[in-house]
Amino acid sequence: MKKFLLSLITLAVLVFVALLAFALWPTSTPALNANTDADQAALIEKGRYLADAGDCTACHTAPGGKPFAGGLPIASPIGTLYSSNITPDKASGIGSYSLDDFDRAVRHGISANGSSLYPAMPYPAYARTSDDDMRALYAYFMHGVAPVYAENRANDVPWPLSMRWPLAIWRKVFAPAPQAVGFDAGRYQDPQVARGAYLVQGLGHCGTCHTPRALTLQEKALDESGAEYLSGGPVIDGWLAVNLRGNPADGLGGWSVDDIVATLRSARSPSHAVLGGPMSDVVTHSTQHLNDADLQAVAVYLKSLPPSARQVSSFKADPTTAKALAAGQEGSRGAELYVDNCSACHRTNGQGYERVFPKIAGNSSVLSEDPVSLIRLVLAGSKLPATASAPSELGMPGFAWRMSDEEVAQLLTFIRSSWGNQAPAVKPEQVAQMRATLPKESPAVSRTDIAKP
Amino acid sequence: MANAKAKVDAVIVGMGWTGAILAKELTDAGLHVVVLERGADRDTQPDFAYPKVVDELEGSVHRRYLQSLAQETVTVRHNLTSTAVPYRQMGSFKPGTGVGGAGSHWSGCHFRALPEDFKLRSNVEQRYGASFIPSDMSIQDFPVSYEDLEPHFDHFEYVCGTSGKAGVISGVKQAGGNPFEGSRSREFPLGPNPNYLGAEMFYKGAREMGWDPYPIPASNASAPYVNPYSCQMGPCNACGFCSDYGCLNYSKASPNISILPVLRQRKNFELRTHAQVLKVNLDSDGKKATGVTYLDAQGREVEQQADLVLLCAFSLYNVHLMLLSGIGKPYDPQTGEGTIGRNYSYQNLNRVVLFFGKEVQANQFIGIGGAGTTMDNLNGNQLDNAKAGFVGGGIIWARQPGAGPVRGINVPPGTPNWGTAWKQAASDAFRHSFYFEVQGACMSYKQHYLSLDPTYKDGFGRPLLRMNFDWHDNEIKASQYLVGKALEMSKVLNPTAMAGDAKKSGEHYNITKYQSTHTCGGAIMGSDPKTSALNRYLQSWDVHNVFAIGANAFPQNNGYNPTGMVGALAYWSAKAIREQYLKNPGPLVQA
Repeated sequence: MKKFLLSLITLAVLVFVALLAFALWPTSTPALNANTDADQAALIEKGRYLADAGDCTACHTAPGGKPFAGGLPIASPIGTLYSSNITPDKASGIGSYSLDDFDRAVRHGISANGSSLYPAMPYPAYARTSDDDMRALYAYFMHGVAPVYAENRANDVPWPLSMRWPLAIWRKVFAPAPQAVGFDAGRYQDPQVARGAYLVQGLGHCGTCHTPRALTLQEKALDESGAEYLSGGPVIDGWLAVNLRGNPADGLGGWSVDDIVATLRSARSPSHAVLGGPMSDVVTHSTQHLNDADLQAVAVYLKSLPPSARQVSSFKADPTTAKALAAGQEGSRGAELYVDNCSACHRTNGQGYERVFPKIAGNSSVLSEDPVSLIRLVLAGSKLPATASAPSELGMPGFAWRMSDEEVAQLLTFIRSSWGNQAPAVKPEQVAQMRATLPKESPAVSRTDIAKP
Repeated sequence: MANAKAKVDAVIVGMGWTGAILAKELTDAGLHVVVLERGADRDTQPDFAYPKVVDELEGSVHRRYLQSLAQETVTVRHNLTSTAVPYRQMGSFKPGTGVGGAGSHWSGCHFRALPEDFKLRSNVEQRYGASFIPSDMSIQDFPVSYEDLEPHFDHFEYVCGTSGKAGVISGVKQAGGNPFEGSRSREFPLGPNPNYLGAEMFYKGAREMGWDPYPIPASNASAPYVNPYSCQMGPCNACGFCSDYGCLNYSKASPNISILPVLRQRKNFELRTHAQVLKVNLDSDGKKATGVTYLDAQGREVEQQADLVLLCAFSLYNVHLMLLSGIGKPYDPQTGEGTIGRNYSYQNLNRVVLFFGKEVQANQFIGIGGAGTTMDNLNGNQLDNAKAGFVGGGIIWARQPGAGPVRGINVPPGTPNWGTAWKQAASDAFRHSFYFEVQGACMSYKQHYLSLDPTYKDGFGRPLLRMNFDWHDNEIKASQYLVGKALEMSKVLNPTAMAGDAKKSGEHYNITKYQSTHTCGGAIMGSDPKTSALNRYLQSWDVHNVFAIGANAFPQNNGYNPTGMVGALAYWSAKAIREQYLKNPGPLVQA
């Protein structure tokens, strides 16, 4: 018995030592040759564009802070992380990084001191970025960004979770090496699809939110070779990261390429888009700045993804609801609530008005299996972000102050089962759960109140 | 000693239509612009969010979106010998406050002036002789023509998504529009809104009278619309909460939805709300403004220096600021000298209510603020003024901006003011009555002017603005004539009862009853610095880097709502600033 215990301990120690050795074994990364004869100004400009494509600012610029000076708190399962200063300040930023240091951080997830980065930094996706694009990004961050002195803030992660070496194991197991996944346009027949794939899988890091994750927190697929790639991710700030595959009801199956391009360009499309907060930020900081060819490529690539296997919702246009409502037949509390609260804008036919009031019939956001975004929208309202091509911050008011959990559930169940929509019923408990996460007060009374010091 | 803010290129007083237009144009030109707005910041969400905004008690009784008269107001008197008293409760006119100003709580009627309105005095003299103009009437020609403003009328209509039907395009008459209007360069951006029953009946009555009815141009969008600034409007859903309210539906054009979405993204635009401008500061010889002094949200006095000072407040307050700051010479009605305060005018609004039996479903709760039907057969050169006996014309319209019990219900003449009979009449009338309105021009007179009040001060210790105004025989005659015509037309429609409220001879201006927010003049544009405060570009004759933009510039008022004209003048002025003034700062017209 004693011998058995001893061998068990020995084994455990050996495993631990092996793990530690695996974690601590340095990762060798191939050096990048600096492209010295490139036109520096053009390279910086290209880097600026790629930094937009990568939405670096989303995490590395705090609200009201200087660009790329870091300090944005990022909630994670193990505690709050703070983004780092990536301005070229030598003392507190990345001013002393070599091209290879920069590359190791961005594509390999290894910081200059050799420790592994938390995968809040989407290096598993950035790994696909080309060597040329890395050089441009480096040029931009060294010469196109103003240096800001801002010390990095220590993460609020308690020991033992704060130990970095286990992260190395995660990284080595789950994050692909760039040399292994280096983007191969030849995998795609159409160069436009290839360009889209490069942006979506790489700098765009769409899968970071839109691909479901395994228990060990890695994305279940990093490209279309996995059937769950971009099939919908977790709930972020109360908004569901939606299915971007070709599912006709709750995916992009019913969207045209133009709808997708318009959404990424302007945060809205003629009839579909209802963006939640996190995606509004992505459009504001990143996608609206991409050129037409790249947005087209992204859209064409997304449209190439077949539906995922799981299809709970469906839509088949049905005039019954519109006819009944127009005739004054409401039939349920949910229908009554719809007529009283929603139909002035979205109309009794559920069609809304192009570009202003999204249609409800067949809207993929309405048909998501998980109704969390809809619940949040009805309770707290939302506003589209102002973009350069569509500056109007069109908004929907919140109804939390005048509808009970039961009523919101009935209303949403009604809209998810009318005009041909077919999606699971919404339960009052789901509404209660969302309501508990929202601020108690109804939204501010005026713009001034929001801005008051 | 005031806190001093770093000098900027331009400071704008007021964030309504004219402030928004000038801020857009000048930031387009690359200027760093600061706008000082005395009220709160406002936007569709959350300020005008459905359903809280559609609250008659809050909006039409408590006047939530209008200027508070507790800090700042005007005094009013009927003649030069009486003592003016303060306007303490919102009545006759309703200045706005906050971002959007009156441009957020207007109805949406969006007219252009007629070509002949621009040369009123010379036109009347030519048609009827100089002696036709009463000796105390001080009407003037505008120093600009319809043709000067046409591109700006056009642009402003496209910014506002104005819904209507052109009557004349490039000199060619168009069926269904106003055949008497000045020629347009193109059709309206949106077609007209649908007619409600009263508007349909107006078509019938007007045609039987031999008139030419047409849809009122309305900046209440008849369909989804994207304006030239990429700002989005939604189609009006006829909720009937326009006047007194901000639009919940992105349907009524306003600075808030039509221009500010662009400005708010600009780095060279800065909006400071709760910033009450006290005066314009002038340099030692009074020839140039150095900026403005204002009270900030915390009540601290702040000095904002600027190269350009643009007065874009409500028309009355533009005049007030000029008087308080010593810009130009105050008008003296005794001597006729001085220009600031001169030619205050108003609008001559009258109503005809028609009552019908239960078979006529008027549904007054449906409303589209600016939409309806009107006609120009008694306006401009269509009216034989010699025969009618007064100067100026007017329009009659069927307009249903929305009604509700709290806002008041018209009852047939002879109904008691309370009790069972009133209740029955109110209940019968609400759904089976509607009204037509007569909107007449209002001339300017030597004795109608604005000045500083010798008695009353505002919450900031400044003399209030004093309004000297009363109804003149000319306007009373016009009221009687036009209301008479409206009643004549109404008879054709066989109402069970009707009532017209034409002004009676000798009737005085009643400040307690809402009539119109179209206060005009006081700092008028003209071609002679002796009789006008502003030159043809709305630039002060006296202080060349001050422009006063708004209805204050009208030498007299015509029969239309002023917003279309105000917007066109703002773009006209902005063009002159951009193309002439910025290159060579100084007087744009030599005195």
